[in-house]
Amino acid sequence: MRYLPKSPADREAMLKAMGARSVDDLFAPIPAEYRLGRDLKVPRQMAESEIVDWFHQRSKENGEGHATFLGAGAYSHYRPVIIDSLISRGEFLTAYTPYQAEISQGTLQSIFEFQTMICELTGMEVANASMYDGSTAAAEGVMMAVRLTGRKSVVIARSLHPEYREVLATYAFHQGMPLAAASFNESGRIDRKALEKSITPDTACVLIQSPNFFGTIEDVGAIAEIAHRQGAMLVVSIAEAVSLGIIEPPREADIIAMEAQSFGVPLGFGGPYCGVIATREDFKRQMPGRLVGQTTDRNGKRGFVLTLATREQHIRREKATSNICTNQGLVALMVNIFMTIYGKVGLRELAKQNLAKTAYAAEQLGKHATLLFAGAPRFNEFVLKTGEDPYAINSRLLGHKIVGGLPLKNFYPELGNAALWCCTELTARTAIDTAVGVVADGERSARNMIEVDEQEVTR
Amino acid sequence: MKHMTRKATRHVNQNEGLIFEKSGAGKAAWKLPPLDVPEVDSAKLLETSERKNLGNMPEVSEIEIIRHFTRLSTWNYAIDLGMYPLGSCTMKYNPRVNEVVSRLEGLANGHPYQPERISQGALRIIKTLSECLLEITGMDAITLQPAAGAHGELTGLLMVRAFQQANGNPRKKILIPDSAHGTNPATAAMVGYSVEKMTSNAQGMVDVAALTAQSSEDVAALMLTNPNTLGIFEQEIHKIADIMHAKGGLLYMDGANMNALVGKVRPGDFGVDVMHLNLHKTFSTPHGGGGPGSGPVAVKQMLEPYLPKPVVIIKSDGTLGFEYDRPHSVGRVRAFYGNFGMFVRALAYIMANGPDGLRQTTEDAVLNANYIRKGIEGAYDLPYSTPTMHEVVFSDKLQAKKGVKTMDIAKRLIDYGFHPYTTAFPLIVPGALMIEPTESESKEELDLFIEAMKSIAEEVEEDPQLVLDAPHSTRVSRLDEVGAARRPVLRWKPES
Repeated sequence: MRYLPKSPADREAMLKAMGARSVDDLFAPIPAEYRLGRDLKVPRQMAESEIVDWFHQRSKENGEGHATFLGAGAYSHYRPVIIDSLISRGEFLTAYTPYQAEISQGTLQSIFEFQTMICELTGMEVANASMYDGSTAAAEGVMMAVRLTGRKSVVIARSLHPEYREVLATYAFHQGMPLAAASFNESGRIDRKALEKSITPDTACVLIQSPNFFGTIEDVGAIAEIAHRQGAMLVVSIAEAVSLGIIEPPREADIIAMEAQSFGVPLGFGGPYCGVIATREDFKRQMPGRLVGQTTDRNGKRGFVLTLATREQHIRREKATSNICTNQGLVALMVNIFMTIYGKVGLRELAKQNLAKTAYAAEQLGKHATLLFAGAPRFNEFVLKTGEDPYAINSRLLGHKIVGGLPLKNFYPELGNAALWCCTELTARTAIDTAVGVVADGERSARNMIEVDEQEVTR
Repeated sequence: MKHMTRKATRHVNQNEGLIFEKSGAGKAAWKLPPLDVPEVDSAKLLETSERKNLGNMPEVSEIEIIRHFTRLSTWNYAIDLGMYPLGSCTMKYNPRVNEVVSRLEGLANGHPYQPERISQGALRIIKTLSECLLEITGMDAITLQPAAGAHGELTGLLMVRAFQQANGNPRKKILIPDSAHGTNPATAAMVGYSVEKMTSNAQGMVDVAALTAQSSEDVAALMLTNPNTLGIFEQEIHKIADIMHAKGGLLYMDGANMNALVGKVRPGDFGVDVMHLNLHKTFSTPHGGGGPGSGPVAVKQMLEPYLPKPVVIIKSDGTLGFEYDRPHSVGRVRAFYGNFGMFVRALAYIMANGPDGLRQTTEDAVLNANYIRKGIEGAYDLPYSTPTMHEVVFSDKLQAKKGVKTMDIAKRLIDYGFHPYTTAFPLIVPGALMIEPTESESKEELDLFIEAMKSIAEEVEEDPQLVLDAPHSTRVSRLDEVGAARRPVLRWKPES
């Protein structure tokens, strides 16, 4: 086996040194009746070339070469090549969690820079070293608010990513956290009157997303005021990190639970991604996850360590702020490098291109179908309502190697034939124009069919 | 210090400040293509939501970024440099073909919501890995959704709770041995259970008589790591399972130490009802300085209805798809389907090994740990003489007489070119030195480690201060952790 660095003679010599007859002696503690007396039924040992071939086939069966209009919490942005050059260095790739600070300064300093840039971008005062993803970060952010307020219930915007809502429901179920939903209005934003009514003296926090699941930017200041007036916190989920380049961050929030996948992390069929929690200085001791802090060594030299560990499971066990241990280290490094590459000016320019592509696509598609929630500003997603079933539209688009917007029937049945479309800097105008043509064809025949129906009725 | 030059030599490494300290207005490492659609007026589109200022975000060039991170990288220890004997962390070699196949275009760029008909490749990978892991564990059904081991524990206990609830009563307690990882009790608390600690017996195993007394109809499950964190296989495992089952409780196995078992014995065969695996331990996906992980949960048939949704199924037309209609599911634990990129790597690892390679891997892991045990026994106190599998736990009892603690010995090991072992865990061994070499170490590397450990033991006798002041060879000496926690500085700020 090519990963094992021992010759048969080495193994013999080691057994002899230990006074063992065979390796079976070492497995004697396992009761004989449970020992597996056969080969595992897994694929036979394969050569590297065979493994590469097998996965090449799978890659070909997985939408290679398609343009996409999908977003909905997973965004297709360009990944500068130096991200992979740098994270492929074995010293980053194959290092453990940096508990031994003296030989982990590379990882630690990089996390410290990550925490700093997340603070700069979100307008918060502290950020952790990462969470699993945006959905679990939102759930942990809510649990944090429950601890901080001593209240139990939570109001969740229906315009929060539906799968994030499902995750929160799973986490909340056994912790005695009642969940209430706040609906959205005709502009796609949270219905503030309904929100105000749904907050009670037991509401720990209001959880919203901005830009929300429909791409609409919420009026965070107004929502924060409603929540704070009744002693509740505001937790804001951000699923599209690139929006921070040109959209004012939710500075009025108490806790921000973010998904940073847009910052240089491959779509990867849904993971691994990079969640982050950022908050105010006062709340840092209730944060989940790892934190890196600056300190000095015995000679007064600057260095970095994992800190405030008394919040964590390996110290506090059942009284910890979370059970999280392994987080998303290497993915946070991708995010860090991406933020460093684009920086102060590039992030804004990148976000602006997203805005322009989306404005063009929404305008063109809006000529043939109905643009929902048109009354509020949006970033790089929009909801298009068609006469034709969006699954049928997408089926025709696939013929052009284009993946259309996400049909919303399963998540929001009340929206009917609606789909969530997303454009990024990678969306080519030619793909938009092709999609517009396919949607327009469908809408024309859908209209004709309605007219025929009406004529038949009149007759 | 007589042996240290054999493994490591000091060399110059570059100094490097924070990236913010290199920033200069007008420098850039990015270039966007010309826009092929009309420009927009962002102020008009976004109104008051427009952001004007990105604060102190850096402005640097590409070469500076390359040097910055390359310099930082040289300050890290890594498996690629040498042995990483962290107990229960299973720091094994991370094969590079895994990295290559996970970056193939269709796999790296696949969108989680793309239609199933163009997702057959990813679904096939999920299905094949699931089948392999079920065969390896001897279980009946599996979810790959959890993002890490602790997340797997959460998922497993949610399923335990749903099962107990369906049988009339969710029950109140989870039994957890005093030798367990901290995530176990933290997870039980998140699922609304109280934790009842079990005291290990004199051999470092579950005290079966005490378990019989503690077992009751209030106990939802026992969470057991096997081999446990002392590296000891629970020889009465089936009796333990029987005791739990007799009162309607379930046996949860923390699979952190699965590297001792793959291909030799299957948890499903010795009475385990639900368990998680750590793909970033047993199945070689890189630890990446703290993640990403992946924590699949495998269960027996009676727990299958409670798996998180969606699950992968074979549809009537023979293609693969996701099934969402799962009325008894505990729900989702994460958006999308889990850390898919880690599934690709774990499956590539299983394929590179095959049944013979997986078994040899386990045998070598156990051989290596026992070789180290034999090699340093006598120089360090061995609190439990019970035979061990893939890891071994010593204590600092002999060295503590000279005022030297496990952390000091660990720091001194750095000067010898090794990463420290796990210190001060498991909690049942005061001053623990927990050592797991994995299968990835050659006899030469193991001999160097044994020499280093013996040499440090001699130094403790001759010159304890040398060990107390270690490490001597790193770019920073021991850092002020107390000060870091007392006055936390968690981000850089410009000098005002």
